[in-house]
Amino acid sequence: MFPTPIEKRSLPFNLSYRVAIWLSLLLWLLPLIAVMLTSARSTADINAGNYWGIPSEWMLLENYTLVFTQTPMFRYLLNSVLITLPAVFGAVALSTLAGYALAKFKFRGNVAMFATFIAGNFVPFQILMIPVRDLTIGMGLYDTATGLIIFHIAFQTGFCTLFMRNFIVGLPDELIEAARVEGVSEWKIFWYVVLPLVRPALAALSVLIFTFIWNDYFWALVLVQSDEVRPITAGISALKGQWMASWQLIAAGSIVAALPPVILFFAMQRHFIAGLTLGATKG
Amino acid sequence: MQKLHSKQQQWMPVLFLAPAVILFVVYVVFPILQSIWLSFYEWDGIGEKVFVGFDNYIELFDDYQFWVALKNNVYWMVFFMLAPPIGLAIALFLNQKVMGIRAVKAMFFFPFVISQVVVGLVFSWFYDPSFGLFNKAIGLFGMEPVAILSDENWVTFGIIVAGLWPQIAYCMILYLTGLNNLNPDQIEAARLDGAHGWKMLWHVILPQLRPATFIAVVVTVIGALRSFDLVATMTSGGPFGSSSVLAYFMYEQSIFNYRAGYGAAIATVLFLIMDIYIAYFLWRMLKSEKA
Repeated sequence: MFPTPIEKRSLPFNLSYRVAIWLSLLLWLLPLIAVMLTSARSTADINAGNYWGIPSEWMLLENYTLVFTQTPMFRYLLNSVLITLPAVFGAVALSTLAGYALAKFKFRGNVAMFATFIAGNFVPFQILMIPVRDLTIGMGLYDTATGLIIFHIAFQTGFCTLFMRNFIVGLPDELIEAARVEGVSEWKIFWYVVLPLVRPALAALSVLIFTFIWNDYFWALVLVQSDEVRPITAGISALKGQWMASWQLIAAGSIVAALPPVILFFAMQRHFIAGLTLGATKG
Repeated sequence: MQKLHSKQQQWMPVLFLAPAVILFVVYVVFPILQSIWLSFYEWDGIGEKVFVGFDNYIELFDDYQFWVALKNNVYWMVFFMLAPPIGLAIALFLNQKVMGIRAVKAMFFFPFVISQVVVGLVFSWFYDPSFGLFNKAIGLFGMEPVAILSDENWVTFGIIVAGLWPQIAYCMILYLTGLNNLNPDQIEAARLDGAHGWKMLWHVILPQLRPATFIAVVVTVIGALRSFDLVATMTSGGPFGSSSVLAYFMYEQSIFNYRAGYGAAIATVLFLIMDIYIAYFLWRMLKSEKA
């Protein structure tokens, strides 16, 4: 283990280390803590410039109620859910199929195809923007959740296929070969042999791309424009324009937008980190 | 991998791949080619496209705003490179087994999980010239308040700091995982040889962390070149375009100025710059694949 385990040091050193980690965490999250406090402030506090101190009057419930009743925040939140969940499901499903094909079948163009998925995953969004926007408008899907969902599925498939392919490559060939000798059809092999084995990878991948899609802002700007479809990232940004002076409301909205991925991360931390670092232990 | 015997096995991979490949080609591969093609046209996004050859590029290289955006992208790349070493430092700091450390690590990671739009808002407050914490802090040292986000000289650096916050968290997690997978025998052997502290870190630990470093550097460079959300939420490229980056400049030209062809040319330049890193990553990845 590196650095040397702290238990081997003196008691005062140990105590000060334990204090130091919490203090540094407090410092690290200071901007976020300030937003949380601001979301509980009164208008009087905001006008008086009390942005960083303890609120003189706690308006937590009032502010959040106001955000949900006076702004389309609930609609934005719902939109984000309705866009993110199908997109995650679609991207994971397609890429599990594709990843299996790339990992366990030998055919011409296999490596080239794999490389294309990897490369596509890194391209700047702007090189896709105009054609994707035109295509979406052409299909009558501009300003609809469907248009945004299809794009997210297509784009995330690059990363997801890389991820699933690398996971499936590690599965033993014997299992699949044995089933084949038994005369099990290829589809059933996928469904009954491969799929149960990749379950941990599916969890890791889903959690990870949930946050990617939930936090998307660029495509929400490019493919959507009305409040009825706008996800929460673009929604917050629109609110910022309309509620310029009511920072406590924007702060409350920001917390609402940040909460779902944070909760998911906390609940599935192990999976999340496994997903994020899969490529980092090799390569 | 196995050889394919029956007819069914020959067709199955095609069926498995088809949905993903078709979508990916339609929404990613083909649009890239279309954008490059479009960069040779003058187009307002609705009317007729007029072929203009290299005119968009010639205009681009004469456009002061382009060079500002490009210069800012270079600043992003250079200063974003602070993320891997700082992430490593925090990872080393937190790599202990004391009570509550799991929660601390998880909370250190928060900035990466939340949306960049929220990060942008948070830092806009932080920099607020009249009440922001930043100005209160420098006030303690007797300095005059600075309106970071409306000062042409400081604005880009202010946004980069906001971008570093989640990026450092990301690098920290990569290194924490790397530190978890260190080879204990090598460390023990080095300890017996009297190595410790910096020497140990440099000669024993860092070489073992190389895969983590590789990923950290690649995602950091890509992140720097992709920067858009923070610029859009914090300044919209202002004041007077001084904090724009190529990604935002492209968006501005195509959406607000109705210059799709010109925008496509900007996107193509950004794409070409990014290609260097994509090619390097692919080369490394496929090389390790063969090994």
